Amino acid sequence: MVDLAARIEPRHARPQASPLPLRESRWLRAVLIGTALLFLLLFLILPLAAVFTEALREGVRVYFAAITDPEAVAAIRLTLVTAAVAVPLNMLFGIAAAWAVTKFEFGGKNFLITLIDLPFSVSPVIGGMVFVLLFGLQGVFGPWLMAHDIKIIFAVPGIIIATLFVTLPFVARELIPLMQQQGTAQEEAAWILGANGWQTFRRVTLPNIKWGLLYGVLLCNGRAIGEFGAVSVVSGHIGGLTNTMPLYVEVLYNDYAFAASFAVASLLTLMALATLALKTVLEWSAGGGRPDAPIH
Amino acid sequence: MRIEIENLTKTLTTVVLDRINLEIREHEFLGLLGPSGSGKTTLLRILAGLDVPDSGTVRFDGQDALSLPRERRQVSFVFQHYALFNHMTVFDNVAFGLKVRPRGRRPASDEIARRVEELLELVQLAGFAKRFPAQLSGGQRQRVALARALAIEPKVLLLDEPFGALDAKVRVELRRWLREIHDRTGLTTVFVTHDQEEALDLGDRVAVMNRGRIEQIGTPPEIYEGPRTPFVFDFLGRTNAFACEVKNGRAKLGDKNLDVPDLPDGQAIACVRPHDIVLTATAEPPSDDALLPGDAVVRFLSVLGPTVSVELLHERELIEAVISREQLKQLDLEVGSRCRIRLRLPTIFSKAEVDQEKGRSEPTKRHRLRWLRRRRK
Repeated sequence: MVDLAARIEPRHARPQASPLPLRESRWLRAVLIGTALLFLLLFLILPLAAVFTEALREGVRVYFAAITDPEAVAAIRLTLVTAAVAVPLNMLFGIAAAWAVTKFEFGGKNFLITLIDLPFSVSPVIGGMVFVLLFGLQGVFGPWLMAHDIKIIFAVPGIIIATLFVTLPFVARELIPLMQQQGTAQEEAAWILGANGWQTFRRVTLPNIKWGLLYGVLLCNGRAIGEFGAVSVVSGHIGGLTNTMPLYVEVLYNDYAFAASFAVASLLTLMALATLALKTVLEWSAGGGRPDAPIH
Repeated sequence: MRIEIENLTKTLTTVVLDRINLEIREHEFLGLLGPSGSGKTTLLRILAGLDVPDSGTVRFDGQDALSLPRERRQVSFVFQHYALFNHMTVFDNVAFGLKVRPRGRRPASDEIARRVEELLELVQLAGFAKRFPAQLSGGQRQRVALARALAIEPKVLLLDEPFGALDAKVRVELRRWLREIHDRTGLTTVFVTHDQEEALDLGDRVAVMNRGRIEQIGTPPEIYEGPRTPFVFDFLGRTNAFACEVKNGRAKLGDKNLDVPDLPDGQAIACVRPHDIVLTATAEPPSDDALLPGDAVVRFLSVLGPTVSVELLHERELIEAVISREQLKQLDLEVGSRCRIRLRLPTIFSKAEVDQEKGRSEPTKRHRLRWLRRRRK
């Protein structure tokens, strides 16, 4: 009896001490990691590689000819202009919205937060349609705009407006939780110490949110450059005038100019990758910098 | 600066401040003491200009403070969790109030540096100018917050639970030191706390707040020895309660009749602190303290350093007494032994008053009336 108990006991104890559960999970881990890697390969790396191989399939000369084509240059310029206008505007809007929502108490706050999210939940095509309905020839403001010779739809302003709509939530969404968590004590302290609104914002609020802000701006920028749906509706696809890079890629593709299409696509991809790299660098420097550096 | 507060009222979802009247004297160190939700922090924030009252007036040296522009209020505030600017060094934190001044009133940068050095000297952080708040201990951060608040040369310093986030030992050290700074700078200082020991130790006067009203204001001995309401008595320390009867201005308590000219006839409650419960072996010799009839039985003993806490059962009620070790030895008490109880310095309230307090206080409150719980047993 005593012997038996002594022999059973270590066996009972073994599963806790031995790495048996670990061995199981190691197998599981391999499956999970393998699946994840496979997905990554299939859906991210392979397409990315395809873009560049397709772009260079007919040689470097064709590649450069494609991206220096006047229409391509116009598309690149339009995309950059759109981002250059939309991103700063949405940065301002995002900061103002987050500041209002987190530092002040007022009625309808939750409604406002929901409203800010609207462009995320609505299909971009509908986003574009809305502006056609508003500013198009048959739209609400159409006749008036026509009478005053202002072109919005099928012109650059429409593209910028549609991009603004689609990218509106990025900065605010990034800042609101961050600023909520930080509370208002530091702003109150600054106020007590005599700082005015602008000083409080520049010296206290902004340094506290700068990483979140940059992150939001980068995401916003990525989307502004890549937006297709909403812009496609309001653009009118006028070559050399209202084609952004994503639209131009589609035009080339539909014309069976595959190499040129992929060449422009590769440029677009490079822009996205650069944004991503910048984001990673920022994250790394925010997290791995001095121990005393503000981590946000 | 002299501060006069008249009929100050603020209502959010409930009444936060209910017609507060309070005068704070020049150079005074005043403690606002009360449980959470008593309105003390709101009162402090109104003085700072961070909150606006619904009605009532606040005057600084006779001037209406609520309409006074901020730069002429000369008020500074130390926040409960310090609210230091984490992205700035200690130096920049302290210098902030000087650097944001409009150009005409802003000191030159070497003058700012000199002033900051002085302040860091004052708060004993001379070598810490280049550190960031994250590199400091809690007590050091608290001192940076104080230096930053003092940098703008306020006439009034307001502190919200200044030692709340610190451990017990640092707290007592900082308390003395804060008192010293107050005495040296000639400020008028108001601090908020829920810790009665802190309030009594530190304040020239203490205002005890409860549900948006000031229940009593006075010097620490006045408050501790003459609590005017059951709430104040209970909030300032542990309480034993004994039922008694008032007739013609005299309360019968044990073998004594005590003069209570202000109390109406009827049931009353005598409140006694644990250290005012006197334990004796026999009823002899007689003394001035009221002797309770019958024996009490020791239920539990716990030695707390120099004193001993004794839990006794007397007529089916639990009584808590605190006696010295010598007394314990003299009486030779152990669990189960019997002794007599005398009540020193009872404070007597009418039962109606206590019931009113009981009716108003919510059972979830941390500082509920302990005697009522005990009486129900």
